[in-house]
Amino acid sequence: MIRYGDTIREIAKKILEEKTVDLIIGFKKGTLPITTEPVLIKDTQNSDQLYWDSFCNMNLANYLPKRGEKIGIIAKGCDSRNIAVHIVENQIKREQLYIIGVPCKGMIDRRKIVSFLGGKEVREVTESDEDITIKGEGFEHTLKKNDYLQNNCSTCMHRNPVIYDAIVGDLVEERKDPDPYDDVKEIEGIGLEERWESFSDLIKDCIRCYACRNACPLCYCPTCFVDESGPQWVGKSIDPTDTMTFHILRAYHCTGRCTDCGACQQACPMDINVKTFTRKLNKDVLDLYGCEAGLSIEERPPLDTYKPDDYDKFIR
Amino acid sequence: MSDKIIKKEELTNILKALKETYEVIAPVKENGFYSFKPFKDGGNIDLNFTNTRLSPKSLLFPQSERIFEFNLDEKSKDGYIVKEHPKDYPPSVIVGIRPCDAKAFKLVNINFDNPEFKDPWWVKRMEAMTFIGLGCNEPSSTCFCTSVGCGPFNEESLDVMLFDLEEYFLVRALTEKGEKLLKQGRVDKDVDEGLQKKADELRIKAEKKISSSVPTDKLKEKKINDLFNAPFWDDVAFACINCGTCTFLCPTCWCFDIQDEVTKTVGDRIRNWDSCMFPLFTLHASGHNPRPEKVQRVRQRFMHKLNYYVDKYNTGVACVGCGRCVKYCPVNVDIREVFSLMNGL
Ligand code: SF4
Ligand code: SF4
Ligand code: SF4
Ligand code: SF4
Ligand code: SF4
Repeated sequence: MIRYGDTIREIAKKILEEKTVDLIIGFKKGTLPITTEPVLIKDTQNSDQLYWDSFCNMNLANYLPKRGEKIGIIAKGCDSRNIAVHIVENQIKREQLYIIGVPCKGMIDRRKIVSFLGGKEVREVTESDEDITIKGEGFEHTLKKNDYLQNNCSTCMHRNPVIYDAIVGDLVEERKDPDPYDDVKEIEGIGLEERWESFSDLIKDCIRCYACRNACPLCYCPTCFVDESGPQWVGKSIDPTDTMTFHILRAYHCTGRCTDCGACQQACPMDINVKTFTRKLNKDVLDLYGCEAGLSIEERPPLDTYKPDDYDKFIR
Repeated sequence: MSDKIIKKEELTNILKALKETYEVIAPVKENGFYSFKPFKDGGNIDLNFTNTRLSPKSLLFPQSERIFEFNLDEKSKDGYIVKEHPKDYPPSVIVGIRPCDAKAFKLVNINFDNPEFKDPWWVKRMEAMTFIGLGCNEPSSTCFCTSVGCGPFNEESLDVMLFDLEEYFLVRALTEKGEKLLKQGRVDKDVDEGLQKKADELRIKAEKKISSSVPTDKLKEKKINDLFNAPFWDDVAFACINCGTCTFLCPTCWCFDIQDEVTKTVGDRIRNWDSCMFPLFTLHASGHNPRPEKVQRVRQRFMHKLNYYVDKYNTGVACVGCGRCVKYCPVNVDIREVFSLMNGL
């Protein structure tokens, strides 16, 4: 996976030189180990900044809406699906994009590493195909990457980009695991009151910083409902009711559009797994309509279509 | 008062004694991270931390605070009268606060307690608070306190300093408030020379361990317009997703918004943290927004900390180098790099 970097830089240089694109959106190496920073590259002198490793967790599709240029963009499986969602929702045109696809083997969850180290700090990190080696003051550990993946990556069924113009390596084998929704079923299985309790507990540390919302490519509304001031739909304090309103409404706005990319969860400074909400809706949309978001740029999203032969009478 | 010494296991009993007079607040580990919470007799205190996830600023400046209440029923006897929401300000003590977070309180104090304006809630809480600091034996790789006028054993904003000497704490009273508190807690055993020396060495060693630094020497002479129009803001801002993480976690960010919340005829006036990263922060009632784009909001955050504040108060930058924004920014926007860019322009 780490070797993708060379190919990414090569392709980037070429398409910038040939003026296929005006700019490239990718990742550069972070100022801290186990972090990366999204970057915009405009010329070939800077294209060597482009970087790849297993900590490119953010979803670059987030940086597309409202751009007019011709854009080269690096896309993992999930990013490519969110790009597809953007295209279907008219946030960007397919012709504007040169998608550099990355067959993804999963991103590592920084928090799992931090919690494994229990307070010690990573000062240096190297990785090979299967392993990651972390070093710090007085320790060195080699860990199996697969044991430290983001939860959504260990159940991801679309690791290869769904649309791309170039690909940086051989396609990876897609998982055949029949059911990635064990966690959702667990919550579905408990009683109503317990469920409410578990959701309340989930968000009890939320500080309403909105990192989850802002990291999400789906949240491109010019003004989010929580930021409306006339009328004001939801209170702005950290009253649990208002916080819950934010989370539930945000999740519902993502119904049938969420790709389970995990950016929202990774962005949260309070370690809240906000994906718990959207995953339930992803499962519902799959069960009810047989749809997963962002697999095609031709099909309208399920909650945006009408079929005369709908099985529900009220809509006919 | 000369330095005192206590055995580590005595701390819990001392805090229990203090609880008779003070509200005791201490670092507690919950859900995998540290925060300042009320100390419980069972001993939930855990001093084994580098920095709490959220700064302790909410103890004096809560994220959401009811400040006034009102009644909109004309017929009621207090109809249309705004009253201050009643509150207690019990004497309190924060145990284990890091020197940078304590310095941040001093820095924010300029905003809430100055000859022109006095924020009554802040001022009363500040008066009631005693700060027992804990020096940082093991600073984090993202700590850069020593280059912004603080340090792992900086004493300037504390009432008492604790030096962690393996089995002992060396306890140093730094103010009258601190002395009073030590008397209350019956901390009276003088330290011997050996441990005193060990504490000094510890401080020097910790300062050397700070591996991260930022340049600040030229910030004072910079012209506001040069920095404001600097060519680097687009690059600095590109990755930023304009969330509130950096400003909400920061111990020195002091901005707030005031909201009225009404149920039927009664309402509360609430003060909430706000952030210059949010578009709503500058939205005018007319619909005009003077900072409509992300790049302008990102620039505001850094200009405020490293230029406006510096120019206005002449006491250095509005950053204590705690490293929270560096560690928890989801897209690695690193203020240390912005220091270099602004100082080096
Ligand atoms: S809700 Fe979360 S997982 Fe779903 S698309 Fe948005 S950021 Fe990705
Ligand atoms: S990122 Fe986390 S703390 Fe911030 S609003 Fe979302 S859930 Fe709450
Ligand atoms: S700098 Fe980072 S933490 Fe601050 S608003 Fe931008 S993305 Fe959020
Ligand atoms: S700006 Fe960042 S490093 Fe400075 S005090 Fe605030 S959170 Fe800490
Ligand atoms: S203007 Fe921004 S940087 Fe300055 S105190 Fe307010 S929130 Fe913090």
